[in-house]
Amino acid sequence: MKRVIMAATVAVLLAGFLAPVIGLDFGEPAYTDMDEYFVQHGQEQTGGNNIVTDVVFDFRGFDTLGEATVLFVAVLGVGLVFRTLRGGET
Amino acid sequence: MRMSKVVRTAADILFPFVLIFGFYIVVHGHLTPGGGFQGGAVIATAIVLLIAAYGYDAIARRITKDALRNTEALGLIAFIATALVALALGAGFFYNWLAGTGLLFGMPVGFGPNPGDLNTGGTIPLMNLAVGIEVLGALSLIVLYMLSGTQEAA
Repeated sequence: MKRVIMAATVAVLLAGFLAPVIGLDFGEPAYTDMDEYFVQHGQEQTGGNNIVTDVVFDFRGFDTLGEATVLFVAVLGVGLVFRTLRGGET
Repeated sequence: MRMSKVVRTAADILFPFVLIFGFYIVVHGHLTPGGGFQGGAVIATAIVLLIAAYGYDAIARRITKDALRNTEALGLIAFIATALVALALGAGFFYNWLAGTGLLFGMPVGFGPNPGDLNTGGTIPLMNLAVGIEVLGALSLIVLYMLSGTQEAA
C-alpha cells in the first residue's frame, strides 16, 4: 500500500512538472535575449571563435573552475574509498 | 591479467592515434567542438585501453599513481594560475589578458563567421590545455584506484 501511494505521488508530481512543457514548440524558448547577446558579442568580448568555449572558459569561468575542483575532489574520494579495500595500497 | 596477442597488438597500434586525437580535441578546443574536458577524457581512454590489454600490474608499474596525481594537481594549478595572472595585471579574475596582444595565442580574432586560426583565443586555449591535463590525470587515476582495490589487480 505504501509503495502504491509513493508511486502515485511521484506520478502526480512528474505530471505536474511536465504538463507546462508539453505545449511548448521545439526550438522556440520564451526568452532568447542571452543567446542573441552571446552570439552577437562573444567574439569581440572574449577573442575566441567558438562561442561554446567562450561561454565555458570566459563568461562562465567560475563555473569551469568549480567543475575542475569537483573532479579533483571526486578523485580524492575514490582514492580514499578504494585505498582501504585491499591491503591499504597508496 | 593480460589479454591475447591480438588484443595487445591492436592496442599498440591504436594507442598513438587515440592520443593524437585527444590532443587534437584539446588544442583545437577554441575552434572546433570539444575542449579540455572532452579531450582529456579521450586521452584517459587511451590509458584505459592499455590497461585493458596488458592488465593492471604491467601498466601500474609504468604509469604510477604518483605521476598521475601530480599531473592532475598541476593541471588544476595551471588553470587557477592562468586566471590569477589577470588579477596581477589589474583586471578581473578570469579576464582574457592574452587576447589581442600578439603573443602566443594572442592574434586578434576576425569578427563574423570565419574559418578560425589556431593562434587566437588568448587564455582560452591555455585554460583548455590546463583542464585537459587535469582531466586526463583525474580519469585515469580513478580507473587505477578502482582497479587497485578490486580482485582484478591481485
